[in-house]
Amino acid sequence: MSAILAIMRRELRSYFVTPLAYVFLVIFLFMAGVLTFYVGDFYERGLADLQPFFDFHPWLYLVFAPALTMRLWAEERKSGTLELLLTLPISVTQAMLGKFLAAWAFVALALALSFPMWLTVNYLGNPDNGVILAGYLGSWLMAGSFIAVGCCISALTRSQVVAFILTAAVCFILVLVGLPAIQDMLAGGVPTNLIAMVSEFSILAHFRAIARGVLDVQDLVYFMASIVIWLWAGVLVLQLKRGD
Amino acid sequence: MIEAEHLTRRYGRLTAVDDLSFRAEPGEVVGLLGPNGAGKSTVMRMISGFIAPSAGTARVCGHDVRKSPLAAKRVLGYLPEGAPSYGELTVYEFLGFVGRVRGLRGGELRRHLDAAVEHLDLHDVLHTTIDTLSKGFRRRVGLARAILHEPDVLMLDEPTDGLDPNQKREVRALIDAMARKRTILISTHLLEEVHALCNRVLIVARGRLLADATPAELELRSRYHGAVSFSAAGAGVAKAMLERMPGVAAVEVDPLDGRVTVLPEPGKQLLEPVQELLRAQGLKVNEIQLERGRLEEVFRSMTVRAAGSEP
Repeated sequence: MSAILAIMRRELRSYFVTPLAYVFLVIFLFMAGVLTFYVGDFYERGLADLQPFFDFHPWLYLVFAPALTMRLWAEERKSGTLELLLTLPISVTQAMLGKFLAAWAFVALALALSFPMWLTVNYLGNPDNGVILAGYLGSWLMAGSFIAVGCCISALTRSQVVAFILTAAVCFILVLVGLPAIQDMLAGGVPTNLIAMVSEFSILAHFRAIARGVLDVQDLVYFMASIVIWLWAGVLVLQLKRGD
Repeated sequence: MIEAEHLTRRYGRLTAVDDLSFRAEPGEVVGLLGPNGAGKSTVMRMISGFIAPSAGTARVCGHDVRKSPLAAKRVLGYLPEGAPSYGELTVYEFLGFVGRVRGLRGGELRRHLDAAVEHLDLHDVLHTTIDTLSKGFRRRVGLARAILHEPDVLMLDEPTDGLDPNQKREVRALIDAMARKRTILISTHLLEEVHALCNRVLIVARGRLLADATPAELELRSRYHGAVSFSAAGAGVAKAMLERMPGVAAVEVDPLDGRVTVLPEPGKQLLEPVQELLRAQGLKVNEIQLERGRLEEVFRSMTVRAAGSEP
């Protein structure tokens, strides 16, 4: 456990010694604000909730999650520190968990820093703070899934750019399959139970359910399972592909 | 102690390491010597647990790297090639990180940190970002990292590669100082290093072990072992006479400085007869030397032969 924490701490430290952390936080919060107020019709809706804020999170994470995860393993591979890390007396799983938790904790920080949004709706009206809390939780879990995908893909390559693009592409597909437009498109030639299955895999459907304030066990299990599966796949990649 | 047993590593059709077995005991500094691409790093990577052997295994202090990799990693200090480190951290942060991953904490961590910093004289750069350090310092940071947990076995992959002569000497002195009680395996393609550091040499080429001997034993195999070399004005005249002398296998004259080397037939002593002959000829000898043998010649003939035997 202390090894996982040490790795998590180092990764967080690396975020903050490079400009990445600050660029990330500033742009993320700025974009979230702009999208909420200008694109999301925050005022025009006349409702005191954070629905427009959370609605954009999947799209924000598409860009921001790969940016957080691309260097996690690719950089270790490239600079040769992978050999250093994997010859320390820890399992690959521990190293993977440490890195994942670092990125996930960083997203938690970014979400926490969006508290002015929460203050604003509470100032403007009487929102259901339980629903807002659920929205934050859903958003964080969704980010966890994206980050897990990124951890796995970063382990595949020594190029951070490749890791970024592949992660964004995979996450994009995971979001896309849940969009009504795509499901309508599929509805033409694909059996309905297959569509239902595909949408089961969509991050979007599960996120929206939680963001509406409905904390269903199914949705929680979905996110936790996708995190575990992607991290496990990443560990497998590292075990198979090391010395090159 | 390191024990390698039939270590083999294949990459596709290429066999990088081919059935390599050896032992290194506490107190020994064993040099893994070979040309670039001989498989030295691959051997170390298998012993360190970074890559798995295709066949065979290795034990570090009795811990099998395949069956109990974590136990083996705990007793091993390993400096990979190029001494990689997290460049964005300071020396202090980096060593602290490694210590914590190794399960050290609190006063124990501080004690180990202090000892490593003291040993490698890193006080002045403790709070400097590693990326901004010179190559020599970065190597020292790597060594400090490798000995942080006071391992019984040290494995250093080309510890002096890319350093200037002063830094090389420094790093060698450090290794020398660490040698007592520990088992040390270093890889190198520098023969001077073997002379300076090792009490045993493993010569590797094309992934195969060609020799396992002390440097002195290897020098015995040199055709220069027991050779007499001298420089004297007008030495060229003596060449023909020396060649006719009993016990002489060959006479070589360096085309650049005119230095003459007289090579003996196996087991023959030449120093005195050569000196007598020179005196009799009335040649003024500036300097004369009995050679112990040339490692590089042994190394060259062994490794080139190995390369030549390949289809």
